[in-house]
Parts: sequence; C-alpha cells; structure tokens
Amino acid sequence: MAITKVASPKDLDKLQKQCQTEQDKHKRKLMVCCGPGCLANGAAEIVTEFKSQLKKKRIKGFSVEAMKETGCHGFCEQGPLVVVEPQGTFYTRVKKKDVERIVEETLRNNKVVDDLLYTAPDEKTYRDYREIPFYKHQKRIALRNLGHINQCDIRDYIAVGGYQALAKALNKMSPSKVIEEVKTSGLRGRGGGGFPAGRKWESCARLEERPHYVICNGDEGDPGAFMDRAIMEGDPHSVLEGMAICAYAVDSSEGYIYVREEYPLAVQFLQEAIREAEEYGLLGDNILGTDFSFHIKISRGGGAFVCGESSALMKSVAGEVGEPRAKYIRSVQKGLYDRPTVLNNVESYANVPVIIDRGGKWFAKIGTETSAGTKAFSLVGKVVNGGLIEVPMGTTLREIVFDIGGGIRNDRPFKAVQTGGPSGGCLPDDKLDLSVDFDTLTKAGSMMGSGGMIVMDEGTCVVDVAKYFLKFLVDESCGKCTPCREGLYQLYLLAVKISEGMATENDLDKMEQLSGVIIDASLCGLGKSGPNPFLSTIRYFRDEYLTHIRDKRCPAGVCKALITYEVDAQACDGCMACIHACAANAISGKKGEVHTIDQTKCDKCGACFAVCNRHAIKVA
Amino acid sequence: MNHDMSKLPDIFARYPQKPQSLIAVLQDIQKEFNFLPCEALKETAKHLDVPLSKVFSVSTFYNAFSLNPKGEKVIRICMGTTCHIRGAGLIQDQLESKLGIKAGQTTSDMKFTIEVVNCVGACSMAPVVIVNDKYYADVKVNQTKKILKGG
Repeated sequence: MAITKVASPKDLDKLQKQCQTEQDKHKRKLMVCCGPGCLANGAAEIVTEFKSQLKKKRIKGFSVEAMKETGCHGFCEQGPLVVVEPQGTFYTRVKKKDVERIVEETLRNNKVVDDLLYTAPDEKTYRDYREIPFYKHQKRIALRNLGHINQCDIRDYIAVGGYQALAKALNKMSPSKVIEEVKTSGLRGRGGGGFPAGRKWESCARLEERPHYVICNGDEGDPGAFMDRAIMEGDPHSVLEGMAICAYAVDSSEGYIYVREEYPLAVQFLQEAIREAEEYGLLGDNILGTDFSFHIKISRGGGAFVCGESSALMKSVAGEVGEPRAKYIRSVQKGLYDRPTVLNNVESYANVPVIIDRGGKWFAKIGTETSAGTKAFSLVGKVVNGGLIEVPMGTTLREIVFDIGGGIRNDRPFKAVQTGGPSGGCLPDDKLDLSVDFDTLTKAGSMMGSGGMIVMDEGTCVVDVAKYFLKFLVDESCGKCTPCREGLYQLYLLAVKISEGMATENDLDKMEQLSGVIIDASLCGLGKSGPNPFLSTIRYFRDEYLTHIRDKRCPAGVCKALITYEVDAQACDGCMACIHACAANAISGKKGEVHTIDQTKCDKCGACFAVCNRHAIKVA
Repeated sequence: MNHDMSKLPDIFARYPQKPQSLIAVLQDIQKEFNFLPCEALKETAKHLDVPLSKVFSVSTFYNAFSLNPKGEKVIRICMGTTCHIRGAGLIQDQLESKLGIKAGQTTSDMKFTIEVVNCVGACSMAPVVIVNDKYYADVKVNQTKKILKGG
C-alpha cells in the first residue's frame, strides 16, 4: 500500500479514522505480550505457533491480523502472557502446547480456558485482568499503550490518537505555549534527577546560539530497571512524538536517542518507528505540512553506566570516551558539540504527548504537589507479583510492595526495598509508609532514580548488597576523579573485609569518613552518590553490619565465608540428590541414610541447597 | 591470527567519514568479528582520521568492546541487582569452576567465553543466563551443566 504523507491535521484525523476502522473490523483481538520478560520465557515461539494454528484452523470471525505482538503488559512474573480483548481474558504462563487450546476454545467457542487464568495466592481466580490487584491499583500514563497496541505499527499508534498532540502543538500552539503547558504540568525528569522539564526546555529555547539539539536518554544503566526498555520496545512512537514536541518548543531540527547496546530490540524497533514516522510525514522534513522539520538519529551506547550522566552521554554521542565534565556551565547551555541541548529520558518524553493533549493542569492534579503525575517502576526481587508498574506519585511503598506486588514470596518477612539503582539506597520496613516521590525518598537517604524497585526479604544480606553495588560502581567509574576511582575501590575492599568476618568496628568509621570525602570531592553524580548503597544500609541496618564484625555471622546466610551448609538429620530422607549435585564431592551417604557434609571439602556453592526438595539442607 | 579485513569497507560505508562515527564503526566491527582485531583498529583510525591512541582508548572504555577473540558460545551471566539477590553469583561460581576460567576469559579451545553483564532488563525472570541468543530464565545452581550442553 502506497503511503501518502500526512500533510495537515485534517489528514491526520482522516488517517486516524481509517486506522480505527481497520481496528474495529476485529471484534476480538489477541494480544501476545512480547515484553522483555515474556520474550525471555519464550513468547516468540508462542507467536509463531499462534500464526500457524490460526492459518491451519481458520476461525470464523477471527483473522490473523487481529493477533498483535505487543510491548510489555506488565505482569512479567506470570509470563508469557496472552490477553483476549475486549473481554480482558488473561492467560498466564502460556506454553506452546497451550496455543491450540486457546485457539479452539476461546477463539472458536468463546470459552475461557480456566487452567491458564491467573490464580492469586489466596486461590482466587481472575477472568478479567483489570480486576487483578496488580493492575487495579495502577494508573498508566507513560505506559498507556503498552500491551494494547502492536509494538511495531504506526497505524496502531495513530488509531489510539497518536501524533494528535504533535499536530495540536504545531497548529494551535506557539513554542512558548508548549513550554508553558509543560511547566504547568509540573513534569520532572523521570531519569532520576527530577529537574523540571519545562524549565529545562525554557532555558534552551531562550538561547540564541544555533543549532539546538534534543536528546533522549535511553541508556537505562541502573541494574534492576527495565521501564525505559519496555517503553522503547513497546511504544516507540510515544517517545518520538514527545521528542518532536520538545524540538518544536526549543527550535531544534536534530535529535538523538541514546540507547544501550544491551537492548538490541529497542534499537531495532526505534529505527523502524523512525522510518515509519518519516514515511507518514510525522517526522523528517515539513512535518504535517508545516515548515517544522525534525530528524532523529539513534546512537548506540557501548555499555558504560557513566554514560547515563548527561555530559558523558553527550560525549559518547559524539563518538568519544564518555567521561563527565565539570558542570559550571550546564549542558542545556553547552551540551552536544557545545551547543544548547535538551536531554530528557524515555519516560519523560513518553509523558509529553499526554500533557499536550489533556493539558498541563490535568497532569498536575495527579500525584503530589511537588512531584506531579505518575512514575513507572520495575517492581522486582523477592516480591510475589513482579513486573512493570505505573502508579501516581505519592503512592506509599507499602501499597506498591503489598497491594500491587502481593507481598513477599514464600510468606517470608519483608526486609527492605532498594530504590534508585546503585546511587540509591535500601529502605527498611518502618519506611514502608513513605510516599514515593522525588523529595521524600531523597530525604530518607535513597532516591527515586530511574525507577528500579528491588524488594528484599530476610534472605538478602545488606552487607552483600552494599558490596554488590560498590563493586558495580568500581567497575563503572570512568576513572577521571581520584576520590571516585580509588575511594570507591577502598570502600569495596572494606565491605569485602566485613563480609569475610575480618573487619573491626574501626573499619566502619573509616568507611563513613571515606564516604564523606567521595561525596564532596567527586565531579559527577556517579561519584557523588557512590557511597549511598553503603550509607543507607549502615543507617538502617547497623546491627547487621555489627553481627558480621563482632559475631562473625551473616544472619541472612549469604556471605560465604561466614556460613556453613549442614544436613538436617530429621528432614533428610537420603535421596542422594545433593550427592549428585555436589561438584566438590563433599557430601557422603548411602541411599536411604542421612547424608553428611564434609566441611573441609565444601566450597559453599549452594547446589545441595537448591536441589533438596525436603528442605533438609540448612544454612547456618 | 589473520582476519578477513575485506568486510571493513562495507562497515565504513554505513557511517559518515567523521570522527563522530567512531563508536558506531567499532560496534559494527565487534559484531562482525566478535572482537576488535588490531588490524581493524588501525584501518579505522586511518579511515576516520582519528589517532590510533584515541581508537584504543574508546575500545577499552566501553564494555561492549573486546580486544580478545571470544569463544564460539558466549555465556552472559546477568548480574543485575535482582539476579544478584536471587543467586546469580552462585551460578557464576559454578560456570567458572566447570569451565576452569573466570568471567571475561575464554576457554583455550575457544569454545566458551564467560561474561558478566550489568542488567539485561529481564528482572522478573531472575537469575538470567544468556548463551549467544538463548535465554535461560530462573536458573538454579544445579542447571549449569544443562546450560553448557545447550539444552
């Protein structure tokens, strides 16, 4: 089909109607989630199977086009997910062999396949996903289209009102009105910094020097965070539209999306989306028939965490080593190639079309006074219902972890929730009623960060977590500033010492002192917030550190040097599974007899613990 | 070792002949050869008119680049926070001891390379191990043999 360029808002309206009619043809739609989690669990195989089954079976009133490969639907823990709309029938953990049943029973006979429905821990089964607590407590703005539209089809995006906000901005609003609207909305940068987006745009727009650049930060380096990946893969056009609106507001004609190399699908889908949008005249030269032109290029990152920092990112886009610079002059003024540059992250841009469409005032009413709108999180770790969520700012940690997340796996006690990635911190149970917004989290010694939320139970050792993040930061420090490069390394070595039971309380003082120096004397955010994983854990879990130091014990049973694996003679039925699993040949015993572990040979790999069905291996 | 440098002109042609294209060119070379051969770095420096020292500095700064050839199978152990707290470290220990190499190294028969990556964004499936393009989700300590066999 030849594509005619959309040359005016009227054209866009017409096209939207056309796309909607295409959609309305399908009375039912089958959504196969192809988000990061579901793909890792075999969603691609399910898509192929559906295609072949649908071709073979020819269901009356259901064509192959009514099957959509969508972005992340959110409930990753239960993936791969298949949803039948409009009923909202929600199938979980779908395997290739289940596909035929879904086609026959649900698509042909309009029946629900009961055993594939979601059953909550309280045994309640849900027919409509919208009723599931995981979804019920959410409010989706940035993730509005995820799971509902075909991730690689601009016509799906246009059908749900895509690019209408851009048309509105270009035809009904002046650039300064656009900026005013974004300022009114109170939108703050979703990458972690929380700087008001409208003010950033305004400072850039005011500068006379040309050209201006618009950059989208899709580097999402925080481990445990995948919101931006999900948006870039599941709704790439919302990011492009947000960037184009920004470009119009700040008079830019050239934009870049910086995407991590680890996200090859995001790169591919964004590239396709850019090509499509250009074909339709919604990006490129003379957008929507106006004299506004905006081109977006993709710049692939090289797997360096520090490149999430604005000045380092801009150097990397320019093909250089990503070392941050001192920001006496902000990157809005001297950014890419030393030109004025607006840099926002993926989620921020994804919010922009909605703000323009529904108005800044509408957005500002959601959330709290100082943190407007919603925030997407990847809720993961030892939580029952892990996945991708979006909630209004001001929701409490308790609501997120327990109402949406369903509490802790295996009914173990909650210990902490880690937010803000390596620069953030761990918050204990008495902070569960804190409101999740930029300022409250920072005050509590953590931070919002880009939105990773990792739930920890008693089996997580905070010393180990601090050690983990310090190791991460040591590896990722660019090496420019000595306090960060050497200081974090020394902090890491001291954390190792504690985890091995070799430290003294004096070492804790040293760590606290050193942290102060690193914070004061590092140039960029990576160094300045580097000691946070240690500082927040020592603030809330000093006792656990002291147990490692004084009693040479790791209460969580994680620090290898301080634990032993033992066989519980009461529980062991002598099945020999652990003997086969032990690579160190440290376990002996005959079939049907209680096994024993030779501590001198045991390398504490945990294999016996993992294979024992009777929970007879104890960690002490 | 000799590598087929005849593919370089193709790669060069994809990007403007400017120093800004350095990272993109190196990424494509890495993809083609699975590492950055020394000859290719020299050619890149010449082509983009960038000092070889700068090409070297960029190639060693980013984790995505490797100056050493990689094995037939690249085992990537995700070491995101979720994978870590769900036991990715124990899985790393197992794979390392089974292959007799450390993360970042390649077996002498060039069959396996172990890499540790920061986060692949599949946290709900943690711990995750990826062999070439195949994902292993919710990996248990005793499944490493299966992973090495490719099952």
